[in-house]
Amino acid sequence: MKTLLISSAVALLLTACGEYPQTVVYKQGEYQGKTDTRPYDNPPWNGDKAAWENDIRGRGQNQNEYKRVN
Amino acid sequence: MARMKFLCDSERCIECNGCVTACKNEHEVPWGINRRRVVTLGDGQPGEKSVSVACMHCSDAPCMAVCPVDCFYHTDEGVVLHDKDMCIGCGYCFYACPFGAPQYPQNGAFGQRGKMDKCTFCAGGPEADNSQEEFEHYGRNRLAEGKLPLCAEMCSTKALLAGDADVLADVFRERALTRGKGGELWGWSTAYGKGDMPPPPEAKKKEAK
Repeated sequence: MKTLLISSAVALLLTACGEYPQTVVYKQGEYQGKTDTRPYDNPPWNGDKAAWENDIRGRGQNQNEYKRVN
Repeated sequence: MARMKFLCDSERCIECNGCVTACKNEHEVPWGINRRRVVTLGDGQPGEKSVSVACMHCSDAPCMAVCPVDCFYHTDEGVVLHDKDMCIGCGYCFYACPFGAPQYPQNGAFGQRGKMDKCTFCAGGPEADNSQEEFEHYGRNRLAEGKLPLCAEMCSTKALLAGDADVLADVFRERALTRGKGGELWGWSTAYGKGDMPPPPEAKKKEAK
């Protein structure tokens, strides 16, 4: 009987110990989501930021029909 | 460092809505959500002007400032993106945005509002690049493929330009100088800060009085 009472009391006392916080802690002004990869992390640039930027700038110049047509 | 921006030339936009269609098709945007739309002032009257509007990826983004759960982030390229897993669909960003960019799916009953959706500058989101999950949440990630947003690349009159701000400035400067007008851009100072733009004619009249 005593053992049953002690085990019941221990179970009751430790009920909340297995719980983890279910609310997100927000820090004002700081992004709280998942981290994003950078667009030049993938092949064929493999982290070469300068090469990716050059490619993007070159592609951007395709929008200038004065250079593209003439 | 590349700083990605949109620029719409109202002297060239012919309100064809090709950019809207391209965006919806590329990202398989659900019914009822328009990440991009064309706004026409003085529709049907001589001298009407159209401008293609979406998220302007503001340098000091108001959506980011008001978000109660801080789900927005700026990429190194200046693109404003958000994490849909964190978004609670409160709608604050919609009220804060001067361009009406944030959109909300409303498929449920009683006008239930879903997670915010907006233009990503074809840069996907925080999921793994070009993954199925990223596509389903945010659409295609064209920047990671070395491409520019499809709305601009599809634009038949090249009214809508997208890409590195320096390149866009070069393209637009040459264009404005060649035709000799149309250097004024709507929304530029709101999104990108006040530059050396002349005051509007109405302000000049008030000053004269």
